Amino acid sequence: MKVEEVPQDLKYFEGTVVRDVDYAVDADGNYQMVVSDGWAPKNEALEVTLADIDEQCQEIFQRVKAGESSLLEYYAAKNLMDVELLSDYTGFSKRTIRKHFQSSNFAKLDDKTLEIYADVLRITVAELTTIPET
Amino acid sequence: MELDLSHRVAAHCENGAISALLRYYGINLSEPMIFGLASGLFFVHLPFVKLAGMPVTSFRTFPGVLFKRITKLLGIKATTRRYLNKEHAMRDLDRLLLEKQTPVGCVVGMYYLPYMPKEYRFHFNGHNICVIGKDEQTDTYTVLDSNATQKVTLSRRDLLKVRFAKGGTYPLLGQMYWIKSVPKQLPDLNPLILKSIHKVCWYMISQPDFIPYVGVNGIAYLSRSIRGWENKMGKRRASLNLAQLIRMLEEIGTGGAGFRFVYGAFLQEAAVRTGVAELNDFSKRITAIGDLWREFAFKASRIYKKREGESYTYDDLGDLLQTISEQEKAFFQDLDRTVKEYMK
Repeated sequence: MKVEEVPQDLKYFEGTVVRDVDYAVDADGNYQMVVSDGWAPKNEALEVTLADIDEQCQEIFQRVKAGESSLLEYYAAKNLMDVELLSDYTGFSKRTIRKHFQSSNFAKLDDKTLEIYADVLRITVAELTTIPET
Repeated sequence: MELDLSHRVAAHCENGAISALLRYYGINLSEPMIFGLASGLFFVHLPFVKLAGMPVTSFRTFPGVLFKRITKLLGIKATTRRYLNKEHAMRDLDRLLLEKQTPVGCVVGMYYLPYMPKEYRFHFNGHNICVIGKDEQTDTYTVLDSNATQKVTLSRRDLLKVRFAKGGTYPLLGQMYWIKSVPKQLPDLNPLILKSIHKVCWYMISQPDFIPYVGVNGIAYLSRSIRGWENKMGKRRASLNLAQLIRMLEEIGTGGAGFRFVYGAFLQEAAVRTGVAELNDFSKRITAIGDLWREFAFKASRIYKKREGESYTYDDLGDLLQTISEQEKAFFQDLDRTVKEYMK
């Protein structure tokens, strides 16, 4: 890769201090370090992955609205956490968490449990318990 | 309290953290030199180890290994520790920072790092940062992250969280590393450079054919299996797998192409230091291979994100990977032969 070919496709890095660093060859054939704003193929890979996650979340959200699942399952998916990871972070067993994924059981949870979940999922207890409009 | 240590960006987070630690003790090595001396180049594709439900492909060794290798090579006394108790882990960090004035490298999870773009927050536990200071009043830490363009700060709560990130590839247990003492006189680098080049060749081509997942074999294996992805998993799943592969190739601590270029830069520097002019030719060759990897990423991106009038297939990718594996194999065989002659 030549220095002038180093991609500068700014997308997800915008507004943050994070950047890529590439090594590329200058006109004399010497390697240089070049700071890069990102590369489109890479951004697109991320986009495809995020779109897929979003689709899964929407599907769960429909179930939440129908009263079949709890918001906990939705926010877990949104935080890219499967039952196992959520269990690791909260200390609850996988079985317990699956139980809490059902809306009827979730409605009975006490504040302490909700706080633990909210903390791990980086939201407030109010957000965890009130179903948003969209 | 903040240690006198300037910030520098790096292509790979662990190189960056190591570079910061070494710099503090007056050892100025370039990032490619650190990467090369630690024999960081690697390839492994593990179809049976899953990250987010998809196979793991890595272009580098495990987090923490580079530090161990380079300190051993240079005769530096260093320690790596993991903790079961969170408070203990933070107490030790504070003690090293405040009492012993030592910068400390930490392996952390990406997910809870507040300064990362939110789209980049994945459960990936192999990021390296270097903690260089603490503000006692606000309980925040000053951190050098080589992926950031400036010094960043982390609250104690955040640091605790990222140091004990769960799940992912492996649980972290607050893993941290620091330098205890450096020798007065560093060893002569030239023989070490040759030795580490020989070692990288060994990692890449020494595997017998019946271990298909590691080294150059791994690239050939991936080239065979990628052709069947679409039939095996269906169009949607296959393109998601491909996106994951490209993310590992390019994003998670740079990756395939990026590391090839870093190694090219290392070989160039090595040629100047050791006077072995052939290394310059090898630098050009690995640069060409890096360009192939980039072409691979580009073509792959056109599969999961189609454009008008373009129709790349999984077979195209397979062909490209096959070319890469053949070229890398020849490259490391030739490189090994050349280096061995000078090592005598």
